[in-house]
Formats: sequence, C-alpha cells, structure tokens
Amino acid sequence: MSDQSTPAAPLNPDGSRRTFMKQAGGFLGLALAPPFLSQAERLTALSKKVEGVSTISLKVNGTVRAIRAEPRVTLLDALREYLDLTGSKKGCDHGQCGACTVLVDGRRVNSCLTLAIMTQGKEITTIEGLAKGDELHPMQAAFLKHDGFQCGYCTPGQILSAVACVQEGHAGSEAEVREWMSGNLCRCSAYPNITAAILEAKGQMG
Amino acid sequence: MNNFSYIQADKAKEATAAKRDDKSAAFIAGGTTLIDLMKLNVENHDQLIDVNMLPFRGIEMTKNGLRIGALERMSEVGEHPLVVQNFPAVSESLLLAASAQLRNMASIGGNVLQRTRCGYFRDTAFPCNKREPGTGCPALEGDNRNLAILGTSSACIATSYPGDLSVALTALDAVLTLENAKGKQREVPITKFYLLPGTTPQKETVLEADELIVAVTIPQTAAARKSKYLKVRDRSSYAYALASAAVGLEVQGGLIRSARVALGGVGTQPWRCSEAEKMLVGKAPSEAVFRAAAEVALRGAKPREHNAFKVEMAQNTLVRALSEVASL
Repeated sequence: MSDQSTPAAPLNPDGSRRTFMKQAGGFLGLALAPPFLSQAERLTALSKKVEGVSTISLKVNGTVRAIRAEPRVTLLDALREYLDLTGSKKGCDHGQCGACTVLVDGRRVNSCLTLAIMTQGKEITTIEGLAKGDELHPMQAAFLKHDGFQCGYCTPGQILSAVACVQEGHAGSEAEVREWMSGNLCRCSAYPNITAAILEAKGQMG
Repeated sequence: MNNFSYIQADKAKEATAAKRDDKSAAFIAGGTTLIDLMKLNVENHDQLIDVNMLPFRGIEMTKNGLRIGALERMSEVGEHPLVVQNFPAVSESLLLAASAQLRNMASIGGNVLQRTRCGYFRDTAFPCNKREPGTGCPALEGDNRNLAILGTSSACIATSYPGDLSVALTALDAVLTLENAKGKQREVPITKFYLLPGTTPQKETVLEADELIVAVTIPQTAAARKSKYLKVRDRSSYAYALASAAVGLEVQGGLIRSARVALGGVGTQPWRCSEAEKMLVGKAPSEAVFRAAAEVALRGAKPREHNAFKVEMAQNTLVRALSEVASL
C-alpha cells in the first residue's frame, strides 16, 4: 500500500477513510494488546475465552492472514476494513440484501451476520479470489456478457451467490434461479440479465 | 454493536454452565437473529457462547420419529431425503423461509428461538413491553399490519415467532429435547414450548436460562407423510408470512381419519387448531368441510386497525392447503 510511509497521517493522499480506520484500528489494537504474562495465562486456563482484541487467523482466497480484532468484528468488516478486500459490499448490514455474500467452506453466507472469530480454520472465498490471474471465472464472464448489473454494487454478492447456486444444483430453470437467488437484491433491477448469466455460466462451470 | 467476550464451548456442560453463571450471556450458533438484534441494540450480551462444536448433529429415524440435531442447518434439513419423503410440510417450511444464505447459516434450534419482526420491538426509539417490560405497546394503536390476531393481549400483539419451521413442527406434534447445566435432559412438546404474551410478553418460551435445545423429534405418522406448508406473503420469495398453514391429512376409505392443522403469521405463537382438526375427522374431504373448519380455526380472532384482512386470508390459506393435500 502506498500509504505505509505516512502512518501518522489521518487520511490517505486520496482521502480514503478506510485507510485511516485501518490505521486507527492498528493503534487501538496495540494499546489494548495484553501484556505477555496475561497472554501466557490465556493459553492455559482461558485457552478459548477471548476478551478484547485477539489475533484472528483467516484463510481468505487460499492465503492465511492474521488480524488483531475484537470478537464483535464481523467477517465483512474483517475483509473490508482489516484486509483491504473491499469487493464484498456492505449494503444493509443486517442479512437482508445479500451484497456481503461470500463463500465459507464453499457455502454462501451473509458475511455481515458472521463473526470473523467464528470463521477461523475455514476456507473463505471472496470476489477477489474467483478469477485465475487474468482469466475470469465463468460466472464473472457471463455477468459481463449479459450485462448483469448497472451500478454494480450488488454484483460481487450476486456472483458469489450465483456460483454457490449452481454448485448446489439449484439453477435448473429460470424459475429455480429466481427462487434460489432471492437473497440477493438488485435495486437497479438487473434480474433478467443476472438470471440469463447464471443459466449460461452453469453450462461452463463443470 | 457493543463488545462482548467470546468462548467456544466443546462440551455441553461447559456451555450451559457458562450461561447459568452469566445472566447476560447468550448462546450463538448461526447468529442470524442474534447478531442482527445486537447490531440494533435490541439484545445486548456481555458474552457469546459458541455452541457449534457441540455434538448436537445428525438427522436420523428413531423409534420415536425423526430426530434432528439442533445444530443442523436449515438448508441441510430442508433438503434431506428423510424429511422430504416423510415430512413434506417441514421441508417446505424450511425451504420457503429466509434466503439460501441465511438457511446455510441458521440452525434448527436457533430457528425455533427466532424473535419477532414487530417494528416496535426492533426499534429502541419506541417503548415495547417485550423488550422493556412495563413501557407499553405502541403496536396496539400503531402500525399493526404484520402482527397477530390470535392469542394477543393488551400488553403485546407481536407474532412472537415470525417464522415457518415451528408452525410445521406444531402441526406435527414435534418434541424438543432440552439440556440444562446439570446435564439433565427433558422433553417438551412444541405445543407447550411457546408462551402466550399475557402480561409477560418478555417471557416467550419455557426454556430456562441454563437450558439448550439439543434436538427436535417429529413422530412419523400418516398425516405427517401427507402434509403441506403453504405460505402467503407480500413477495413470492424471501419474506415473512402474512398467513401460513401447515396441514396433514390421513384419509382412508374416503374419510379423514386424522387431521393436523396449524397456522403461522396470525398468532402470537405457532397456532395449533385442535377444534378445526376435530371437525375434520370422520368427514369426507370437500371444500365445504374445509371452509367450515377454517372458520372455526379463526374464531376468536381479534384483528386491529391494519390486520383485519388476515382473518379471511388465513381462512383461505387453510382451505387451499387442505384442498391441495386432499387433491381436491
């Protein structure tokens, strides 16, 4: 990241609030980190009870990364604010819109209602992990081909949800796709194109 | 969301004892209701006890019926062949609920304990007898379109359980297995699990503070095998029921031998209709018979300003569900 050389600056040169929050979180984490002795105790008597900031290891898109965060940090906030993976979107933050959909051990979930601390040891897949280098995942390519979006805000969640929908075997017909994709709202109402993209990608996903 | 401590329990006793010793603690499995309500400050807990490592899993036929571990997820149970074949109403109630994402997350035990969608309960700017006992109920004279018409009191008219699964479980006489901090288990029929609001709407079930739901058992019957869950809502998918019906019929020689009827979306708890069931037994299935039973099922309904439509809607839902099960 280009901002690493100016850690004390409140804002990134581009004014990004995200970078500031990440840095603030880092300082706060340092301030609240327990002294060595109490950490040693935690490893014995309280090996599983976590209070305040702790190290949370997340395996995201095949790479294990550690963050220092409180138990209340959701998977969505961990991805966006701690790991700079901002593809997953925060829409409603209450499990109603689906913009935050990611795969955990291959299952689609709302990352806004998932605690990061509870996803340790699991395989997390976000939109950033779908393509292989420059080669788009068939679902991404189909969304482009069929214009499955307008503003694009719901798209990462739509695509992750769509990949799971196909893998679950719930993309047999247009009606089935519509029913099993109902947890992903699109306020631009690109639904016909999203449905067409999913039905086409299904044939290419093997 | 206020901060909390987190503990992952790997023995049931560890979980139930931690809950007993901390009145402000809560169990977490899928978290779909809990995290939502904690973000709204409707629920506040200083400790979350993660129960996902506990061995309350499995979907298997036993001599008492189908036993479902409380930690099984809605998606697995809804599509499980034993459920689809023997308890279609249960499968349908699960797959018509929420979204694919939420069904992957939410546990069966947590579903049974999900909380009301009453807008006044969910908004801390308003008083609410369920959230803060004694503060009053703005829903009585406020926006009550989605709220209950059966089992209400002057303290609360919320559809305390807003979901689907427990409606099917209520129709089919499911039994919940609960375990407390002493490691003692007890069985409670789901028809005796939920409490009417009365003057204490904050007390929603008979579950004790140190008790955990460990399993749900559904008796295998002919009526369960020929059962259905019909859900009527504002959208065709991903919405709570305005009215729903879980029904099961055993028909032999052209006559109804046994009938199971429960309504959702209209009662302060999943609403078993025993009087309607009695009226159906011994009769030949017909729309007139079903219509008469539906009228009895809604007898005693107390609609308010915005939800009077639910009386006729629930009756029609019930008639249609029974007609489809009877292949009329």
